[in-house]
Amino acid sequence: MKEVVIALIGNPNTGKSTIFNALTGLRQHVGNWPGVTVEKKEGELDHKGIKFRVVDLPGVYGLTAYSIDEKIARNFIVQEKPKVVVDIIDASNLERNLYLALQLLEIGANVVIALNKIDIAEEKGYNVNPEELEELLGVPVVPTIASKGEGIDKLKERIVKSLDRKPPIVEYPNFEPYIKKLIKVLEKDEKLIRQYNLRWLAIKLLEEDNDVRAIIEKSKMRDDVLKTLIDVVNDLHKKYGDIELALADERYRIISEIAKKAVTKKEERITFTEMLDEVFTHKYLGIPVFFSLMWMAFKFTFDVSAPFSDIIDAFFGWLGDAVGSGIGNDALASLLRDGIIAGLGSVLVFLPPIAFLFLVFSWLEDSGYMARAAFVMDRVMHRFGLHGKSVVPMIMGFGCNVPAIMATRTLEDEKDRILTILINPLMSCSARLPVYALFAGAFFMGREGTVITSMYILGILLALILAWLVRRFIFKGQPSHFVMELPPYNKPNWRTIFGVTWTRTEKFLKKAGTIIFATMIIVWLLSVTGPSGYLGSNALESGELLAKSWVATIGRALEPIFKPFGWDWKAGVALFFGFLAKEVVVGTMGILYGVGEESLPYALASSSAFTPVTAFAFMAFVLIYVPCVATIGVIKQEAGTKWALFALLYELLLAYLVALVIVLIGGALL
Amino acid sequence: MFPLAFVGEGKRVVLKYFVGGHGIFRKLVDMGLNPGSEIFVVRNQMAGPLIISVKGGQIALGRGIAMKIYVEVKE
Ligand SMILES: Nc1nc2c(ncn2[C@@H]2O[C@H](COP(=O)(O)OP(=O)(O)OP(=O)(O)O)[C@@H](O)[C@H]2O)c(=O)[nH]1
Ligand SMILES: [Mg+2]
Repeated sequence: MKEVVIALIGNPNTGKSTIFNALTGLRQHVGNWPGVTVEKKEGELDHKGIKFRVVDLPGVYGLTAYSIDEKIARNFIVQEKPKVVVDIIDASNLERNLYLALQLLEIGANVVIALNKIDIAEEKGYNVNPEELEELLGVPVVPTIASKGEGIDKLKERIVKSLDRKPPIVEYPNFEPYIKKLIKVLEKDEKLIRQYNLRWLAIKLLEEDNDVRAIIEKSKMRDDVLKTLIDVVNDLHKKYGDIELALADERYRIISEIAKKAVTKKEERITFTEMLDEVFTHKYLGIPVFFSLMWMAFKFTFDVSAPFSDIIDAFFGWLGDAVGSGIGNDALASLLRDGIIAGLGSVLVFLPPIAFLFLVFSWLEDSGYMARAAFVMDRVMHRFGLHGKSVVPMIMGFGCNVPAIMATRTLEDEKDRILTILINPLMSCSARLPVYALFAGAFFMGREGTVITSMYILGILLALILAWLVRRFIFKGQPSHFVMELPPYNKPNWRTIFGVTWTRTEKFLKKAGTIIFATMIIVWLLSVTGPSGYLGSNALESGELLAKSWVATIGRALEPIFKPFGWDWKAGVALFFGFLAKEVVVGTMGILYGVGEESLPYALASSSAFTPVTAFAFMAFVLIYVPCVATIGVIKQEAGTKWALFALLYELLLAYLVALVIVLIGGALL
Repeated sequence: MFPLAFVGEGKRVVLKYFVGGHGIFRKLVDMGLNPGSEIFVVRNQMAGPLIISVKGGQIALGRGIAMKIYVEVKE
């Protein structure tokens, strides 16, 4: 049986991904700011014996194909011709949302409308009548509250019923004769008839759409079409001035008539959002509030997670002992105890802070604050040549740089986007947290909070300086204009928040179970073997034996590079493997410092391999040097090989430079 | 007629026209800011971006672009 393709489209932040998740049972990222979904995502749905392929598209305001996400959305509708296009409309913002609906009907899409967020509309004092709307638009309309799962079954039912519907045609009275004139010429090319809706081509030609123009350039009727177009445009121009604006005006006029009939407005009330915005977007209060919120987010993460980490730590300690004494075979016992448990265990101890970090940021994303953060930080960002919207990927970077770099797609301007991508690795992701926590615990007892915070601040400062330099010398000019919709604040949607937190935590666990796990085994293997063969598990207890291992060989090869910082060769090895994933730095140390009886921070502190100054330099180095392989990969995908190499290079140099400065200044002061 | 950037908080105005290139205004129009639409200025602190309310939704606009949007007081 053939799969039936249905697409979900709509303005940003209307609840497309929430509906997608409800339909497919998947867990796509949902957040309360415009631009959460930037790629198309697919899932499956079986309903009434029909197999559907459901596609979640990025949110768009129109179909002019202006930014990458708009291009993705429009190309999908035009080229893949989904059987049904579900347009998710924010009921609290009906008129603007219907603008896209009309454009979908222009393309000739078989539209079903999900009238979502009716709870918010109600709160704002609007009452939208779905039957009336259905009647006026001529397409099925299903009221939903996606975040509570209401109306989803009804939506499925209407989708099935609409599979073979013929979509209505929207007429634009002021333009009809001109559109018809163009269609007359266009329909002489049967290739165009087969592939496109001619009405849509005609309208887009009037709007001077580049992509449609390119389609016509390839048509055999090219010359005739362009000749007619010039005539028509001349006529229209005389009548209405700017044709594009006139068409928009026509659409909005039709919409406003529809809205007048379908919406009743009760009295205006002051909403919760307006009260919060008094403070959050205030000229003087906004920025201090932003920094306090960030600080509180991290404070909460560490305070709440600390006891959980202790439990896990104790558990791995016990497990190591139990396994070590219970297994006779030396190599096997060592693999389990010194490799997997010591290595992986020292990473998994950080599961609680990482999970809580994800929790806090998922809540922040759901709250609606992210768009305000962009708003208040716009002034600051501007000074460094960045865009207000750059703030969102930067904050996301505290979680993981990979989705953060993807999130830059909402920046329309190419220079703004690449600049935001380039600085993102300097935003300290959750994988670096274990390294800070470990070293701060070992060398800065009692001042861990300050030291860890200083790493985050260092990252942000370097990012801003770098942005300023790149803007000054490479991407000359100004950041593009700031335009962003501000969604209303949400009461916490726990279902969404926990869902997002779990998806991210699961990713961390998967990473621990695959790449980190595999690296730990390799590190262990290279530690207990050397050019002379198997050294025995004692290698990890005795420095002399370990010096004969392969890791020591690698370490010594790297030693000259790190000599100026005064780190020992083990640090070099940890950094070397940390290229794969930064958690590996901690895991490798766990193995190399032979964490048996004592915990890793203690082992490090008593090893005399670091002084507080060189430890601080090491933390800074880990913050800055090559982001993980995955991040480099996504930079390459989003910005191209050239920029990925640039990122790699500047980070290595910068890391080296900063660590050197720290060691020199620290040495001079102490 | 004057730029939107000069309109004080709590004022209601009508969008008249844009000055300057096409690209960015296309997006504004898609977002509900077409000439003729009614704008309520929610926040304008004479520095940094503004917040306006149009067709029931709130939009943040950079000061630079707000200088290119000409409006008229609603009578
Ligand atoms: N109150 C309320 N909130 C909703 C409803 N549906 C979705 N939300 C919330 O609206 C926000 C946006 O939801 P998403 O599903 O991420 O929206 P989207 O359309 O995929 O957004 P983009 O990917 O940015 O275009 C989230 O905070 C949801 O929890 C609803 O019916 N009522
Ligand atoms: Mg989405």
